[in-house]
Amino acid sequence: MKNIPEKPATTKKEDRKTSIMQTALKLFSTEGFYTTTMPAIALKLGMSVGNFYNYFSSKDQLAKELMLYISTILGEKLKEINMSDASVKEKVTMIVHMYFSIARERPELIEYFLRVFLSNREIFTKECTGMVCVSGFVTELMLFFDEGVQSGELKDQDFFSALGLFMGYLGGMVFLNGEEVLTKPLNEYETAIAENIYNALRKQ
Amino acid sequence: MKPRLKVLWLQGVTCNGNTHSFLNYPHLLYVLETFEFLYHSLLPSTYTLEEISTCVHECDILIFEGAYDPRMERVGTSLETLVGHYGSHAKYVIAAGSCASFGGMFKHSDPEHITGLGFDEKEPKGPFASSPKLINLSGCPMHPEWMGYTLRMIADNKPIAVDELHRPKELYSYLAHHGCTRNEYFEWKVDSDHFGTKEGCLFYKQGCRGPMTHASCNKILWNDVSSKTRAGSPCFGCTEPDFPRTNMFETKTNMSIPQDVPVGISKRSYLTMAGIAKSFHIPRLEKRLIDDNT
Repeated sequence: MKNIPEKPATTKKEDRKTSIMQTALKLFSTEGFYTTTMPAIALKLGMSVGNFYNYFSSKDQLAKELMLYISTILGEKLKEINMSDASVKEKVTMIVHMYFSIARERPELIEYFLRVFLSNREIFTKECTGMVCVSGFVTELMLFFDEGVQSGELKDQDFFSALGLFMGYLGGMVFLNGEEVLTKPLNEYETAIAENIYNALRKQ
Repeated sequence: MKPRLKVLWLQGVTCNGNTHSFLNYPHLLYVLETFEFLYHSLLPSTYTLEEISTCVHECDILIFEGAYDPRMERVGTSLETLVGHYGSHAKYVIAAGSCASFGGMFKHSDPEHITGLGFDEKEPKGPFASSPKLINLSGCPMHPEWMGYTLRMIADNKPIAVDELHRPKELYSYLAHHGCTRNEYFEWKVDSDHFGTKEGCLFYKQGCRGPMTHASCNKILWNDVSSKTRAGSPCFGCTEPDFPRTNMFETKTNMSIPQDVPVGISKRSYLTMAGIAKSFHIPRLEKRLIDDNT
């Protein structure tokens, strides 16, 4: 019988770290950042509190790494869209679909961004200032806008005006969905929202 | 005594900027002692332009200043004939400045006919296209030390390695960005809002092409003292084949994102790094270097 090679210790530790982050994300986004304690996360994972601190030295450090983790996931998905041969208009639709799909399948990712990162700035002011923790995602949006203007499809305007219009709109819809005030499932809004965003950004 | 190498300095469509730049070469006396100028419009010369136009003489080094228009005449002889005759006998052909190298400013007056000696912008074209004799000293104007270096290397019989645009690697492997005194502002993305100040980077708003321009302006200083970027004016990228571009005092952006990023760096990598660096406020870099009020 062949021996199955064991995973290297570093990979095991990374896997464990990822599973901690996934659990923490769920707790923070449903229970709130301040009401969720480190022992509560450890308990949920069946870990001792002491061992838990081997992975994250503080709650603030965990909070920062979670934002980096989310930004990387969203950034990678956006990169795939950016690298595709789709037109700018098609890419708007793909981005809206990607964002709402994540909000549906892994709501804790978006909820954390909206309800923890944006709502508790005091936690993130030191090491997570500006673009530091969200650069993976924002860089891809920059590349998307840059390509759109270069191709002549999008209007040249201030980056943050365009960013706010695009991501504020999507974030707002996910927030309303989380509050259960929308009259239809989120995915049924995709076509209309993509069209609205494209019309607002395109060169007139 | 070793015979002096014969230099002929001919002019095409030009503003004389490279001639004037070369007159600032601190070792001009060495050049005049080492080389015999058959003709130069300002320096002591053996022959008149009229005598040169007869095409009965020969030179070792042909220096050509200005854009090349084969139809243009000098004392009744076309540039095509003059450059053809003297260039075919010369061991080296030096294009002095960006017009002679790539067409430059004057190419725009007649883009169909006017080129550089061996390039039409970056495409090989002209009487010395792909010729191993050709050495391009691009710049608007070229730095006098660059011509001095090239002539000294030739006089000492040393090989001159050139890049794909025939520019000496020793002079053009660097970027104008290298040695710029504003590099710390570039690293931390602190912009300059005005020309002529000591502080801030000129890349983000003022059109500076330093990180995309092959030139040693911040290594071999102008007049041994300064450079455009050190003095507070953006680099216009005058050594590159696409010079001159339009709106040279503005950085072309798309939704506030620079269209061009430092040479050899992907835009994704640059924006990632730039976005993070810009997130931090460094009070030391946001203040005047020398504050008159303290």
